[in-house]
Amino acid sequence: MASLTPISRKPLSFVLPTTAAFGALLGLFVGTANGSALLGVLIGAAIVAAMGAVFILVLKNEQMAKWISIVGVAALGFFFAGLPGAIIGALSGWFFYWITYWLYEGRYRAKLLPYLTGRQVLWHYTFRTICGAIFVFLITPILVVMPLSFNAEDFFTFTPEMLRFDPEGYSLKHYRDFFTNNEWQRSFKNSLIIAPIATVISVSLGTLAAIGLSQSHVPGRRAIMAILISPMIVPLIISATGMFFFYSDIGNWLEGTLGLPKTFVGYVKVVLAHAVLGIPFVIITVTATLVGFDHSLTRAAANMGANPVTTFFRVQMPLILPGVISGGLFAFITSFDEVVVVLFVGSASQKTLPWQMFTGLREQISPTILAVATILVGISILLLATVEILRRRSERLRGMSPT
Amino acid sequence: MSDATQPDTAIAGPVLAADGTPLKRSLARSLRVQKMRAMALIAPLLIFVLVSFIIPIGSMLFRSVENGMVEQTLPLTVVELQNWDASTGDLPDEQLYAAFVADMVVAIDAKRHTRLGTRLNYEQTGMSSLFRKSGRKIKKLDPATDGPFKEQLIDIDKKWGEHETWAVIKTHSVAITNGYFLNAIDMQRTPDGAQAQPEDKRILITLFKRTLIMSMIITCSCIALAYPVAWLLANLPARSANMLMILVLLPFWTSLLVRTSAWKVMLQQQGVINDVLVWLGMVSDASRLVLINNQTGTIIAMTHILLPFMILPMYSVMRTIQPTYLRAAKSMGATNWTAFWRVYFPLSVPGIGAGSILVFILSIGYYITPEIVGGTKGVFISNRIAYHISSSLNWGLAAALGTILLAVVLILYWAYDKIVGIDNVKLG
Amino acid sequence: MKTKLTALAVTTALVAPAAMAQEMTIVSWGGAYSKSQLRAYHEPYTAKTGVSIINDDSSAEAVAKLRAMDEAGNVTWDVVDVVAADAIRLCDEGLAMEIDADTMLAAAPDGTSASEDFGDLLVSDCFIPQIVYSTTFGYRTDLVGDTAPTEICAVFDTDAYPGKRSLEKRPINNMEWALLCDGVAKSDVYDVLATPEGQDQALAKLDTIKDDVIWWSAGADTPQLLADGEVIMGSTYNGRLFSVIEEQKQPVAMLWDAQVFDLDGWIIPAGLSDERKAQALDYIMFATDTQRLADQAKYISYGPARKSSAPLVGKHADMGIDMAPHMPTDPENAKNTFLYNYEFWADYRDDIDAKFQAWLAK
Repeated sequence: MASLTPISRKPLSFVLPTTAAFGALLGLFVGTANGSALLGVLIGAAIVAAMGAVFILVLKNEQMAKWISIVGVAALGFFFAGLPGAIIGALSGWFFYWITYWLYEGRYRAKLLPYLTGRQVLWHYTFRTICGAIFVFLITPILVVMPLSFNAEDFFTFTPEMLRFDPEGYSLKHYRDFFTNNEWQRSFKNSLIIAPIATVISVSLGTLAAIGLSQSHVPGRRAIMAILISPMIVPLIISATGMFFFYSDIGNWLEGTLGLPKTFVGYVKVVLAHAVLGIPFVIITVTATLVGFDHSLTRAAANMGANPVTTFFRVQMPLILPGVISGGLFAFITSFDEVVVVLFVGSASQKTLPWQMFTGLREQISPTILAVATILVGISILLLATVEILRRRSERLRGMSPT
Repeated sequence: MSDATQPDTAIAGPVLAADGTPLKRSLARSLRVQKMRAMALIAPLLIFVLVSFIIPIGSMLFRSVENGMVEQTLPLTVVELQNWDASTGDLPDEQLYAAFVADMVVAIDAKRHTRLGTRLNYEQTGMSSLFRKSGRKIKKLDPATDGPFKEQLIDIDKKWGEHETWAVIKTHSVAITNGYFLNAIDMQRTPDGAQAQPEDKRILITLFKRTLIMSMIITCSCIALAYPVAWLLANLPARSANMLMILVLLPFWTSLLVRTSAWKVMLQQQGVINDVLVWLGMVSDASRLVLINNQTGTIIAMTHILLPFMILPMYSVMRTIQPTYLRAAKSMGATNWTAFWRVYFPLSVPGIGAGSILVFILSIGYYITPEIVGGTKGVFISNRIAYHISSSLNWGLAAALGTILLAVVLILYWAYDKIVGIDNVKLG
Repeated sequence: MKTKLTALAVTTALVAPAAMAQEMTIVSWGGAYSKSQLRAYHEPYTAKTGVSIINDDSSAEAVAKLRAMDEAGNVTWDVVDVVAADAIRLCDEGLAMEIDADTMLAAAPDGTSASEDFGDLLVSDCFIPQIVYSTTFGYRTDLVGDTAPTEICAVFDTDAYPGKRSLEKRPINNMEWALLCDGVAKSDVYDVLATPEGQDQALAKLDTIKDDVIWWSAGADTPQLLADGEVIMGSTYNGRLFSVIEEQKQPVAMLWDAQVFDLDGWIIPAGLSDERKAQALDYIMFATDTQRLADQAKYISYGPARKSSAPLVGKHADMGIDMAPHMPTDPENAKNTFLYNYEFWADYRDDIDAKFQAWLAK
């Protein structure tokens, strides 16, 4: 979406008061921190408004205005609160410059429909701000976890050294601990073995069952549905103890009668237990996708001579794939982040990452947990980004215009 | 379908399918095949879940009424107790004491008497040590020769000479008991029937209510936060929506335990939020906000943890709503609000429903997060279930609590099905 | 005949160790504590016998899991580290094996029998004590003002020491401290606590500081809260405080007054096969001898449970600090102490816990 709407410059009587309001807001914080809120508001508003006026009327050079604003406000911030103040100052300086020109040049209307009224434009941006705040809420813990994982101390605390950006306060020792500690490595490996296999089982069985459930004449559909989603409903601690009994019997039988090695049986037990927990998510997502599925497509395929297996993989599967993938994602996370059931069903050689974290939190707080979380977030950003890039590439190859 | 063929049949005899069988039978057969095929697809999973989940959980929940221990450990005594009338206030006679000693000698040999003591201690404080201590002395008695036992037992511990001790054993000697369920709703099984617990021990009803209310608050705040985000994601071009989707999915990849700890770092009184507020001068250092170790903490942390479970189903529903509907409504004169409320919102209800049911059910069963950030007023009934499973070993009570919780969820599920319709649920 | 006998003896000698399982699972708490056991017990034992040891960090769920294992008839653990109260519960439930200290444990180097060497600490027939730890208070030296607290009632004195405190989210210990600071004599505490009025009295005392308490449930909580300055004082296990003070160099000091001694030690699950039982007993015999118990104190500041081990306690293996003054049993620290009353709490735990939880929720 390029420029939808021709943009024009806005009068200063609109630009300056609005930017002054943002200046007043920052002034309010600085003012209260230094004794007088009212004075802060007035000075803040005055400075920003004056800056705006100078930029627009006198300077008339956007690049220069940008740097003046950033450096100027950063210097002010440094004066009030040292290095952290300077950083916040630089950011607000950039923001003041940006908002001044954004408003003055009328850029804020560029991407909106031309017929929107002023109030609708205001609502549009308020709504975006609200959403932005919610996104910030969503990733807040990650924003906390990342810096803390470089903590030089063994606590979840922002030390004064860290806040001063003193290199002394930071260290990579928790990362070193993760990569050198056998317990962490083993549990990470276990999680990487257990979660994908459990996911594959719940996705394959779950998808088949969901397809069965979506057919028109299934006796006792509601009851079956209730049974299949019950693992989600039963409190985990009850599931854990209940499943323990079942899986010890199974384990005894596999080890005793079939003579399978103990460690292997241990993995089988945990994988099956996690697969059950993931099933409700797959069932719910896939049945939901199938609600809108046009069954004449399978009939058409059959008509043209495809056998049911081909029909499934060539016709049905591609169409319900999004549901299957998101169900699989839920199932994967359920297993990857599960601690209660594995504590009961698993034994030491199946210790998973969450189990190791749980012991870590209970027995000895160590930011290694945070380092692990940071690494996982890093990996998942890479994965998600790769998927996104591949998707765009395939879209381009297929000649579809990005929507 | 077969009904539609009826008039034809009446006129021209049975309609035949291509292979010569009557169409009605052929259709019935194909329907049967279809049913069989559907069941064959469902069967592997259904059997898997039934065997590995439903049956074990069922037998776990059965512990809420099962109470064979007294009868198995003290079989002779239980028979004698039938003849003893607890309401008279008299102590049982020598015969019962003799039966009791005979039972105990067998039980001590198999080391089952302390187990019974632990079981009865849930009902009457002091039973545990009574059985353990008396056991050491009763072991030396010979049921055949050392009688009479009444005086000897009362010498061993004066509690054997108390009416209450025997009344408790009698009350709990039934094989199937409602005692655990009564305990689960703050009542107790007494010789005089079900009675309320003393006031200072009533806690579970409070917790049930709190769990339900807090889960509803969490669900509502999830709806409030997820709706705008889902709308934005559904209405942005796919490119930007996918990038923002990464932000929604990221918290998912951060372990629940880590996220909860991070909220602790954020919310505590010396935490990030309070520090920033104090630094900005919004709050004075002396009156830092209490955001954690109470219900606020639980609500904030749980809302955060469950938010993706609300956003994703909402998003998948909203993506299917054509933006043209809204434009059409507006072009016909609807205001922005009317267009949203009368056209868009009803279409998005299935997403809200799916998200709500998911979030509500998940939040009812959580216990690790409330345990860490909930303090005293933010813990849920699941915390008590976990306590009874892993610390007090009172599995009967834990099972009773779990059964009630499950029943509540099923009732809500059923109500939801009646009101909104479970088919009207979309997730992902 | 003679050669035959010798041959038999040789084969038995060769076969006997081989008949023992070459692998055993030992359950413990994880973290620094497991590490200290690894270095003091497991590594020397593996070096001596060649048996490899798998460490399972499940002690927190040990009671529930052992019961489930027992019912399922598949006990996969060989030796389990539990606190004494859990050991008593497990013994009562018939889930732990009874141990005869004199025949199954090593005597002290001077010949004192094991039962005498452990003394009163053998609190259950199934339990072999390993360490004495204490639940005690640590306080922030920079946040308590000019006069540092010296006695337990400072916890209840919010006028002299304003600020939050952290206490464990269970009645045990807290009720005793509350009564002690409400004027009940130390010798009467449990008599008073056995009555409903006494329980109310303790809760009423706790009520005076209820708004100032942060309740913890994991041992790692109080050290974190102290490091954050979120609380000015808090109860936790003495080993955790040692690590906060000496290893992490936080401005924290110990308040040993009215510390409550508790025991942590081994149990062997009931129902092991003979072969595994022999293996477990062999390990226990090794790991609880005088020298081994003293060795553990090199890695963590918990006192050895044998009297004969006390003189052998030396310096910390990594930091080189003298460990004796950091032991809860050190005379300087143990001027006023409690021993966890196992008998009492085995009876009253369920009852008082219900009241305590109801009070918390009020």
